[in-house]
Amino acid sequence: MLNIGGLNQGIVIDHIQAGGAMKIYEYLNLEKLDCSVAIIKNAKSNKMGKKDIIKIEGDLDIDLNVLGVLDHSITINIIQNAEIVEKHQLSLPETVTNIIKCKNPRCITSIEQELPHKFKLTDRQNRIYRCIYCESKFKGN
Amino acid sequence: MRHLISPQDLSMEELEELLTLGQDIMNNQSKYAHVCDGKKLATLFYEPSTRTRLSFEAAMINMGGQVLGFSEASSSSASKGESVADTIRVISCYADICAMRHPKEGAPTVAAMHSSIPVINAGDGGHNHPTQTLTDLLTIKTQTGRLDNLTIGMCGDLKFGRTVHSLINAMVRFPNVKFVLISPEELKIPSYLRREVLDAGNIDYIETDKLEENMPQLDILYMTRVQRERFFNEEDYIRLKDSFILTKDKLKYAKKDMYILHPLPRVNEISTDVDDDPRAVYFKQVQNGVYMRMALIMKLLEVDIPC
Repeated sequence: MLNIGGLNQGIVIDHIQAGGAMKIYEYLNLEKLDCSVAIIKNAKSNKMGKKDIIKIEGDLDIDLNVLGVLDHSITINIIQNAEIVEKHQLSLPETVTNIIKCKNPRCITSIEQELPHKFKLTDRQNRIYRCIYCESKFKGN
Repeated sequence: MRHLISPQDLSMEELEELLTLGQDIMNNQSKYAHVCDGKKLATLFYEPSTRTRLSFEAAMINMGGQVLGFSEASSSSASKGESVADTIRVISCYADICAMRHPKEGAPTVAAMHSSIPVINAGDGGHNHPTQTLTDLLTIKTQTGRLDNLTIGMCGDLKFGRTVHSLINAMVRFPNVKFVLISPEELKIPSYLRREVLDAGNIDYIETDKLEENMPQLDILYMTRVQRERFFNEEDYIRLKDSFILTKDKLKYAKKDMYILHPLPRVNEISTDVDDDPRAVYFKQVQNGVYMRMALIMKLLEVDIPC
């Protein structure tokens, strides 16, 4: 397996479905960060066969629960002093704003660019989010 | 302050209350002639819909109120690029209540979020059209005397027809309602409606492309137009528009007390020779639309019901 140096302080986004890391990278706007970010694609996984991993050095000041909207298999490890101090599954937020976009071409957000793209959790069991305006379902992983 | 964006915004009690008020207005119109004196309704129609707009305007005028508004986006500030949010903030200064028709889904939701007056969704793209649903419910209730224990046939464009989706969503709230969904393969109801409303609610339904052979079991036949504006492709529209046409001849298979509804406008899906049949109630439905809109305006303006 490819070796990437361990983090001293930071966040590991683990168990991303294989091929999904770049999407997470883009949603979190990680290209704007001024710190080391490692993307590992197709790493071997006992649980998933293959998975992607993102390692971010330093602090990341966002609610990572939104990642559960994109990919429900994701787990988050918080690293301090080169050790995992927190390891948690994501819980789905009730609403997400400007993280995912409504792709319905008939939605009002398609013509009014300044409107926030806001989704509401309408079915927690099946992880279904719907646009608050047109009620279209968001199709995540 | 309340808005009406989706038929689901109303509780069952509120729905019953509105239908009762609608029926009372139907039977005692003069009693309601001045309940909205001094009130103004703004009709904000970003796409043309003469029928719905005039129905709202007639409803307000019948109650002594006045109306103002625009009937297409090109005659509004939208043509200058004004957002729905800004428009409704401005209109809130001019009127007491507004009805909005918009080609984009969710536009009335945006309006409601920024409005200081009640907003009624008068149709948003292929999404919701709650006052049409209320009209359909009043017509079914008035004709059959009930909203439960019914077999409802829906025929034509069940994929893009928002009136069909709204009516299914509304009728599944009543016990023992069965649906017979009659359409060509290409225009069947959307899968989310089948899965999340019918299957999830354990509702009895069948999907078929045979109108005549299913006619005998129906209490209600809800016909719909195959709408040109819902198609991206003209060829698909021309191929499918004449698929399911109701004629006097086909009606011989129907019960004597089966009622035919249609949200109108009709193109050719109901032959004009059906119009004289006492079971054809689609023009009564138009009149009921005015009564329901009167009831709704009264409720949202919190107008007292006269003795």
